[in-house]
Amino acid sequence: MFSIAGCLPVLLAFCGAPLLFSVINRTKAKFAGRRGAPWLQPYFELAKLLRKSAVYSRTTTPLFTLGPMVSCAATATALLFVPLSGVAPVFAFPGDVLWVVYLLGTSRFFMVLAALDTGSSFEGMGANREVFFSALAEPALLLSLTTLAVWSQSLSLGGIYGNLGAVVLAPAAGPPLLLVAAALLIVFLAENARIPVDDPTTHLELTMIHEVMILDHSGPDFALIQYAASLRLWLLGSLLVGVVVPWRSAGLVLNVLAGCTCLFLLAVLTGIIESVMARLRLVRVPEFLIAASVLSIVALVLMMR
Amino acid sequence: MIGPFVFGLLLPVVAGCAALALHRRPDLASRIAAGSIVASSVLTGGCAICSLATGATASIKIPWNVPLGSLSLGMDPLSAAFVLPISILASAAALYGRDYLTATVRPGWIARSWFFFNSLVAAMLLVVSARNGLLFLFAWEAMSLASFFLVLTEYDHDEVRHAAWVYAVAAHIGTACLLVLFLLLGRGGSSLDFEQFTPQAAFASAAFILALIGFGTKAGFVALHVWLPEAHPAAPSHVSALMSGVMIKTGIYGLLRTLTFLGEVQPLWGWTLLGIGLATALYGVVFAIAQQDLKRMLAYSSVENIGIISIGLGTGLLGLAYNIPAMAACALMGSMLHILNHSLFKGVMFLGAGAIQLRTRTRDMNQLGGLLKRMPWTGRSFLVGALAISGLPPLNGFLGEALIVVGALIGVIASKHAHALPGEIVGVAVVGGLALIGGLSVACFTRAFGCVFLGEPRSQQASSAREVDGGMRIGMLILAAGCLLVSLLAPLWPALFRSAILALAGGDIRDAVMASPQPQSLLIALGVAYWLLAGVFALVWWLRRRIAGSWQAETGPTWDCGYAAPDPRMQYTASSFGDPFARLFRLLLRTRSGQGVPAGFFPQEARFSSESPDPFASSLFAPAFQVVAWLASKVRHLQHGRIQIYVLYIALTLIALLVWKLD
Repeated sequence: MFSIAGCLPVLLAFCGAPLLFSVINRTKAKFAGRRGAPWLQPYFELAKLLRKSAVYSRTTTPLFTLGPMVSCAATATALLFVPLSGVAPVFAFPGDVLWVVYLLGTSRFFMVLAALDTGSSFEGMGANREVFFSALAEPALLLSLTTLAVWSQSLSLGGIYGNLGAVVLAPAAGPPLLLVAAALLIVFLAENARIPVDDPTTHLELTMIHEVMILDHSGPDFALIQYAASLRLWLLGSLLVGVVVPWRSAGLVLNVLAGCTCLFLLAVLTGIIESVMARLRLVRVPEFLIAASVLSIVALVLMMR
Repeated sequence: MIGPFVFGLLLPVVAGCAALALHRRPDLASRIAAGSIVASSVLTGGCAICSLATGATASIKIPWNVPLGSLSLGMDPLSAAFVLPISILASAAALYGRDYLTATVRPGWIARSWFFFNSLVAAMLLVVSARNGLLFLFAWEAMSLASFFLVLTEYDHDEVRHAAWVYAVAAHIGTACLLVLFLLLGRGGSSLDFEQFTPQAAFASAAFILALIGFGTKAGFVALHVWLPEAHPAAPSHVSALMSGVMIKTGIYGLLRTLTFLGEVQPLWGWTLLGIGLATALYGVVFAIAQQDLKRMLAYSSVENIGIISIGLGTGLLGLAYNIPAMAACALMGSMLHILNHSLFKGVMFLGAGAIQLRTRTRDMNQLGGLLKRMPWTGRSFLVGALAISGLPPLNGFLGEALIVVGALIGVIASKHAHALPGEIVGVAVVGGLALIGGLSVACFTRAFGCVFLGEPRSQQASSAREVDGGMRIGMLILAAGCLLVSLLAPLWPALFRSAILALAGGDIRDAVMASPQPQSLLIALGVAYWLLAGVFALVWWLRRRIAGSWQAETGPTWDCGYAAPDPRMQYTASSFGDPFARLFRLLLRTRSGQGVPAGFFPQEARFSSESPDPFASSLFAPAFQVVAWLASKVRHLQHGRIQIYVLYIALTLIALLVWKLD
């Protein structure tokens, strides 16, 4: 299925996704008593990186540059199937739930190989943590989406989130949807490498996950990685806010505005979480992610009652 | 249709005998044997596609003067779904094997090896086309024996003999159950022809359990899988590919064929297969991550994939039992497609592992690295296999797994309003289970590819490796191209496999399964979505090229956080990559590590090693067989080697029989 209306939020995502990073950083700056970087800072950085040339390690193969490209392409493709609040996505088919989740997997697969391509033990370590934590986060994400699919009796993300608005006020839906939202929040933080799973601003490579995987990327490759990261933030954010604020209106513009506002509020929340929490010890992260799976299992069981 | 198939079945046998006769001219023998496999594959594969496309069945029956037996062969879509992967993988393995054997085996053994290889291919074709219990068992045993001798190729190594011995014992425990199974199924009939088997409600569950153990041993269900990680690394790589890619699938075929005899599907069978599949898949992938031997890792990954197939079958049977046709159609079709897919990507990876072993003389992933530059074709084929086996788009592995998960999701959604099926259990087991298994297999194969092909070589042998060529390269490329082709032709598969899964659906649900449009529409949508992904990638690639066209990239050493003298030994190894998983699953894996900690003011040497032995082999089967050996030693007193005593035994037996008959 193809929806022309879905192009509007997707265009907004492609243009505005990096802005989410500046919302998070401004929030953190406010908490720290700083003024913070300009709103358009992520764009300045992308523009600067695109102008620069790259330095490649002699160890690397073409996979090193392929990784960021595949990652960006897969995330962008996945975004075409994800609805923002009530607006139908550009494309939808029954079963696209899996397609979207596994596309994120493809993106990760190639980024991990690009990291291992350098032969650096730091990047090997980051790659290892990335696959380890995402293997634990994936069941939580898919089970949460299953719970929503049961509730809205649909197999496509467009259908799932489209029907959610109509039925959400039923009292039976409250507890499971709340649990799903909690599980999705954990997945959102983990997959986007935010505190408490990963600290994007830490200075010690030994404790990083996502940032340490991309130490050797520079120039346009690094720009692609950063852009893909912002798209992923937008994508997983839309899945989360679609559950938390299932308000749907008839008007397209109103819907899109509501969705974007919710996404920026989510970015503010992420900034608050990053300001008030410390990163978990690495050995505690698996427990945190398994908790997300348990929450989504409980939600599914409740949903079946 | 049956004529060319029988010809294709006999051709490898004749050529195998010819090769044996020509054992003094190994090159000619290889040529004849490999050529016959390719020719036979064209014939049998053509018959299989024909049968799948039209849903036609054909059979031939020749009397056989053996009690209960007949030379009854048949081809129907269910058989064809297994003949197709056998013929594709066998021809790729034969092309590869011609150069591989010349390089690895001493000339005197080449002809013998081909004889057994051809017998194995013919026996597998016979297994999936036999329509008589006795003929089936004969073919089954021939298959086990041929593969047993192939595993024994390098018989002068201790561990190879041990592996072959474990395999022989496992194969015969399985066959023992099958013997009882077929006698049970054929009760009351005049022969063991499959068409005379009638559903017997009283014995259905017993027969199911016997089939589960008998065929499960060959397939490698958890606890019965112990022979796989022994035999696959020991066999020559093209044989490992064939054994792992299709031979273990004959176990799945047997199980499915038995299910068609048992009448109405019972929910318990579905739950059993689902539970076994989940346990097998998780066990397989967790142990695969803990292995350092490349081929042993691939063997455990085969256990995982058999688990995934079984999850799909279980889900499909639940769909049949609870009358949700769309669920059954999707999940069963997913299993069928995964059987084909697994034979392609596991084949390419085993062939790649063989090329690596040939060029570096090691299978230890901790000794490899940097091979993508030295063996680019092997590396690219292996990459296709790794991406496909991780179940990720845009390759074929995703298609089968997506069908299975969508089947389960259809069931879960339907169970919200029709309460018969406990949807939450299906949801958690299939959707959650496959998501976890998928995530872990991404970890397993990024680890394998990263440690073997990327980074810097970790040993002298790895740094001096060079690419393989000729038949070995062609064999790998055929299978890698097969992976791509299956995903390109995604919309085609439901139409082909629809008739194969109908064999399982009896009664009223048959038409509903036939008519359910979900598998077809899902794969058409995925086929279109693959092109969408390709288009977006092409756009990104074009933009990236335009930007990068203006400058010349610099090269330098890996940055490594400013450390100026990186050494290949400092890289993350396969063991370190597996460590977090070993910690998380420590209760299951029980990884043992030995280390020598550096000591003193000027430490000289440090050492670390870890291994994860299979708990079923060491704590279940080893003690059990010790008991068997002890019992056998007690019975040995009967054997004296003196003729008189044996004559006495015969006389006593005759008297006992007479007394029994007199009553």
